[in-house]
Amino acid sequence: MSRGRAEIDRERCKGCTLCIGACPEKILAMSRDSFNRQGVPYAECFDESRCTACMSCAIICPDMAIRIIRLVTIGGE
Amino acid sequence: MPVDTVQEKVVYERPRSLADVPNHYCPGCGHGIIHKLLAQCIDELGIQESTILVAPVGCSVLAYNYLRVDGCEAAHGRAPAVATGLKRVHPDTTVISYQGDGDLLAIGTAETIHAANRGEKITVIFVNNAIYGMTGGQMAPTSLQAQKTKTSPYGRNPADVGFPIRACELLNTLQAPVFIERCAVSSVKTILKAKRAIMKGLRNQVEGKGYSFIEILSMCPTGWGMEPREAVSWMEAEMVPVFPLGNLRDR
Ligand code: SF4
Ligand code: SF4
Ligand code: SF4
Repeated sequence: MSRGRAEIDRERCKGCTLCIGACPEKILAMSRDSFNRQGVPYAECFDESRCTACMSCAIICPDMAIRIIRLVTIGGE
Repeated sequence: MPVDTVQEKVVYERPRSLADVPNHYCPGCGHGIIHKLLAQCIDELGIQESTILVAPVGCSVLAYNYLRVDGCEAAHGRAPAVATGLKRVHPDTTVISYQGDGDLLAIGTAETIHAANRGEKITVIFVNNAIYGMTGGQMAPTSLQAQKTKTSPYGRNPADVGFPIRACELLNTLQAPVFIERCAVSSVKTILKAKRAIMKGLRNQVEGKGYSFIEILSMCPTGWGMEPREAVSWMEAEMVPVFPLGNLRDR
């Protein structure tokens, strides 16, 4: 299974939570005690090791606040 | 011994045709998703330099601030007429009219039907969120039966104001259109389908085929008075049965 991470731009996040519902791994949540400059809680990934780079969160984000990075292993045996 | 190296590859990022600025849409608004899909399709078809977007009146009146293509603003409801003129004068461009439900099915019904009937070689993106968003949540031509809005506080009563209009089915009675499909942006699955429909609609223009109409059911959490995820559930439970998703025509 592929691995990766979701890079969330907290300043672009409007806190709609659509990504949280869309993540099949259920590893996204809203920030609890911190807010962005718009004054809203933002989406965060609390367990990057489980991210499969499936892109679901990014696809549903209406604010283009998420970039997806896939980790590709090259070489080795 | 060879050592594994792990490389990072960006697999999802902002499409070139989508401006790197915050949009003014409410949290969870479907317009942001639809803009992104349009920008991705424009990039993938390599038509950024030759695309003209006709922006509507409504919440997406500022669409030209977000999509990095040429643009023109139309008076309320007149987007398909403006698009007709642009396309006839510049047949080599891809002309998109982006409209909401009040724009496309109330004040602009005549323009909508006649542009489709003439088979203008344009692509119409119809954002149906069953309400007037920008003006504060009034009843739209596509508001559901019994749906409460600012101007139907007891729910839409068909005996008084008629039933919601199904644009795809209406246009499907005309001969000229080459592509008619209804999509939604409520889930990853429907969003990916919507992208394929937009691609097809734009490609039809690149190939000089004819009029394409893509209706997209879109969330308006503010107008509906719901949290964004509640809006997604409402759309799937209430809107989709009235506005069934699927392709009606693909020639
Ligand atoms: S890429 Fe997939 S697994 Fe990773 S955070 Fe986003 S939705 Fe979850
Ligand atoms: S979908 Fe986007 S805007 Fe909404 S909470 Fe997630 S990152 Fe924020
Ligand atoms: S009022 Fe509705 S359609 Fe308009 S920006 Fe807000 S959520 Fe979107």
